[in-house]
Amino acid sequence: MRERILTIIEKDSRIDLKELAVMLGKEEIDVVNEIAAMEKEGIICGYHTLIDWEKTSIEKVSALIEVRVTPQRGQGFDNIAERIYNYPEVNSVYLISGAYDLLVTLEGKSLKEVSNFVSDKLSTLDTVLSTATHFILKKYKDHGTVLTQKNLDERLKFTP
Amino acid sequence: MRNPLNDKIVNVKPSGIRKFFDIVSEMPDAISLGVGEPDFDTPWHVRDEGIFSLEKGKTFYTSNAGLMGLRQEISAYINRRQGITYDPAKEILVTVGGSEAIDVALRCMLNPGEEVIIPQPCYVSYEPCAVMADGVPVIIDLKHENDFRLTPEELEAAITDKTKVLVLAFPNNPTGAIMERKDLEAIAEVIIKHDIYVISDEIYSELSYHGDHVSIATLPGMKERTIMINGFSKSYAMTGWRLGYACGPEVILKQMIKLHQFAIMCAPTTSQYAAIEALRNGDEDVAAMRESYNERRRYLLHVFREMGLECFEPFGAFYVFPCIKEFGMTSDEFAIRFLEEEKVAVVPGTAFGDSGEGFLRISYAYSLDNLKEALGRMKRFITRLREEKDKN
Ligand SMILES: Cc1ncc(COP(=O)(O)O)c(C=O)c1O
Repeated sequence: MRERILTIIEKDSRIDLKELAVMLGKEEIDVVNEIAAMEKEGIICGYHTLIDWEKTSIEKVSALIEVRVTPQRGQGFDNIAERIYNYPEVNSVYLISGAYDLLVTLEGKSLKEVSNFVSDKLSTLDTVLSTATHFILKKYKDHGTVLTQKNLDERLKFTP
Repeated sequence: MRNPLNDKIVNVKPSGIRKFFDIVSEMPDAISLGVGEPDFDTPWHVRDEGIFSLEKGKTFYTSNAGLMGLRQEISAYINRRQGITYDPAKEILVTVGGSEAIDVALRCMLNPGEEVIIPQPCYVSYEPCAVMADGVPVIIDLKHENDFRLTPEELEAAITDKTKVLVLAFPNNPTGAIMERKDLEAIAEVIIKHDIYVISDEIYSELSYHGDHVSIATLPGMKERTIMINGFSKSYAMTGWRLGYACGPEVILKQMIKLHQFAIMCAPTTSQYAAIEALRNGDEDVAAMRESYNERRRYLLHVFREMGLECFEPFGAFYVFPCIKEFGMTSDEFAIRFLEEEKVAVVPGTAFGDSGEGFLRISYAYSLDNLKEALGRMKRFITRLREEKDKN
């Protein structure tokens, strides 16, 4: 049941829990309890809204920043990751394999704001060796959702 | 001028859906519960393989029976799902949809005057194809109280010394009924006793929500008298690719391949390459779609129960078949009024045979939002009908 609940609410966190229970062939109370348990266990970490800011009049700039760091003795990357993710403008911090260590995603009001963050805050951290900033020009797909087009139902209205 | 036409085709009734099609096309804002195809797109890796085959210039005819690689994958797939084996070289034909397989099988098996037993409600093509193949359709009216399954008694009663073939189509369109192993065993006995053949249309085999689908061909003594028909339309959301297949004993398949060769040459090449990918790497897609249909099926049944609409629990395909007899109108009348007053398109059960009278076919191959909107309108509509009835 957990996997199905997670698969469904990952796509639609606003689904009515009564409906969800019907769809899964379970009692509503069991679904509610399962979700509560998963929240408590930290499996479900939040319920967010996917927004295409491009379509609003609000200016937003997002960037991906590759960061190379020196791991610290006894701490590995955890300490430096924490120092970065504590900044509220940082959206995500991932430790990754490959040519660099941390992938940081960031949102700011302008190019300048993002650049300033990188040059003033990020690059100046002791353990940061180098950064490479990639500004996002267009989001085609985010969180499994295609942002650029609406899929119309083109099927014939009646087929045998 | 002389009459240019063949009498048999002229006398075939046009599809009962046609009339609704014309009304709906005048109503751009109508929503529909009337489709018989998946709402999913073909999985991308499958489409990609089709595109790739075009890029590589694979644009020629394939061998008549279909790409050997595809027939091998079909054979492996049936073995994996049903535990029986068909020889890719002699016992498998790749066709233009399950539709062509139905037509070709009937034409290769029937002699003039031989009878084909067709349990209804069922898909619309068996009866006309049987007629065009010079066969004589013998209809069994399946019963709501049997959950629209075929019983050995019904079959026995329909068999004459002219009976040649039984068309068996489960999971069923339009009822959503399935036949479980025990149901199949009971009718297999009758089939063997009377020495008849089966054309088993298993196009919805992957959409079975009550244990895995069992093919009648897997029962003892049945493989040699069954043409198993399946395809990619429903299980892999590939209706537009037009690809299906037939498997069966070499004596029949040999003739089917011959007819197919003259009538069609071969099934579409691009689709065949895509289908290889579907069979090789598509099991997870199929499972995910099945799960999603099942969730919507439960939701729909729940809402019908809340509305107090009588409906047996269908365990297959993507249809429910609620009963509307309480309203005292025909399926046609109900469907037309529903369309005109609430702008929702559903298919009257009678489009699938006279025994569909008093029922509607409602498809759940739609997004949950679409279903909710349509069901909201349905609730409003039947509340109004019940009020009208109370007044009279
Ligand atoms: C029961 C049944 N058989 C066969 C078909 C034909 O499918 P296709 O020719 O797309 O394989 C359909 C399509 O709706 C069907 O419902």
